Amino acid sequence: MTDRVALLIGTPKGAFILDGDASRRDWSVRGPLCEGWPIHDISVHPESGALLAGGGSPWYGPAVWRSDDLGRSWTHSSEGLTYGDDGPKLKTVWNVTASNGTAGSRTIYAGVEPAGLFRSEDGGATWAHVEGLTNHPTRPEWQPGNGGLILHSIVPHPDDRNRVWVGISAVGAFETRDGGAIWETRNKGVRAEFNPENRYPEFGQCVHKLVMAADGGEHLYQQNHCGVYRSTDGGRQWEEISAGLPSDFGFPMAAHPRDPGTVWTIPLTQPEEGRLMPDAKAAVWRTHDGGDSWIRSGDGLPQHDAYVGVLREAMAVDRLDPVGVYFGTSTGQVYGSADEGRTWSLVADNLPPVWSVEATVVR
Amino acid sequence: MVAAGAPAIVHLPRSLIALFPGAQRRLEVAGSTVAEVIDDLDRQVPGMRNRLLDAGPEIRAHINVYVAAERAGLDTSVPAGADVHIIPAVSGG
Repeated sequence: MTDRVALLIGTPKGAFILDGDASRRDWSVRGPLCEGWPIHDISVHPESGALLAGGGSPWYGPAVWRSDDLGRSWTHSSEGLTYGDDGPKLKTVWNVTASNGTAGSRTIYAGVEPAGLFRSEDGGATWAHVEGLTNHPTRPEWQPGNGGLILHSIVPHPDDRNRVWVGISAVGAFETRDGGAIWETRNKGVRAEFNPENRYPEFGQCVHKLVMAADGGEHLYQQNHCGVYRSTDGGRQWEEISAGLPSDFGFPMAAHPRDPGTVWTIPLTQPEEGRLMPDAKAAVWRTHDGGDSWIRSGDGLPQHDAYVGVLREAMAVDRLDPVGVYFGTSTGQVYGSADEGRTWSLVADNLPPVWSVEATVVR
Repeated sequence: MVAAGAPAIVHLPRSLIALFPGAQRRLEVAGSTVAEVIDDLDRQVPGMRNRLLDAGPEIRAHINVYVAAERAGLDTSVPAGADVHIIPAVSGG
């Protein structure tokens, strides 16, 4: 049977699904889904194939949506998705990620604003607060980034279900090795230029996106407010790999599903310059050597007057060979590449601002 | 004349019942306060409480509740047979 790719798009005006053909060239748009709720992230449960969409309505609050029929019908729940009646009000869900546990025991994690982590052991029907992270001794000093105090990146270890990394803006990365009771900061070697008194603090870094390489579980990459980094020891030490990129600022990052040396990123101008594609020329940059060198590709992307940005969750890869790479813009375009980022074409236009992109292979 | 103990009539917005397939826009609900009415609403339509109430508990910031056409809070009394309207605030973009 032929593999096809479906792109799952989160926007402030609901979720959309772009159904691709076998060549990944022709796409049709379905939506808005999830009743038009703002959706920050959509992921795929690796076992059941269920779609999990996290977001929050300005009227009806936060929830995680679930679809078991590729987006044709949806249910939602926020049961347990609360810091309690005496705690801060939970604004929205920023990330939903299923763990890599053994069959039938996959935990689903939800990262929320204000920053915290929730887990579901029943497929998203009910949720429980991962209190160990909120109880971290640094919590009273956490400060929000421009987008709020948000937990936006969740990276489960591929084999060990007790190990999870999270990224919080503007706090940095943390890892738990015991299933969420104890968390340790993972920010050594990451710059915090906005903190001139201490450029390398234990926490307070503005991580924008955390991803894992394909080779085992200790190899991570991150796009930060202040640079691009890699770590080969589970985040205990980071090494900057920004050299060769036109800007050390950006939001999204995606890792190759099989080649640990290949990641894609989209450098953007600095915040005070608009967070836009440099020189108004759209481009995706990739490395095949773990960040030692970078290759630009704008082939098929607009090369003049492209005043567009791309947000942290708005780039994704599929698992086909060659890998498909996709990204969505803050002005409602989705672009795709069926050759690992070498050439690009427009997948969809005139969508609401794209907050997130995920790719899933369907048969 | 409304009989003592008659249920309140809750009127729900279209955008809310859209979240609960099969839910009706007009429901008979027991309760002598808005809080009790929402509790009974949640028994009839599980999950409804979370859509209407925030931590506190408080009525969500952009949800308005009216009892007999008067703006109400969670402690507001709901007379027998009263109409309770739940209306999303004019907000958003």
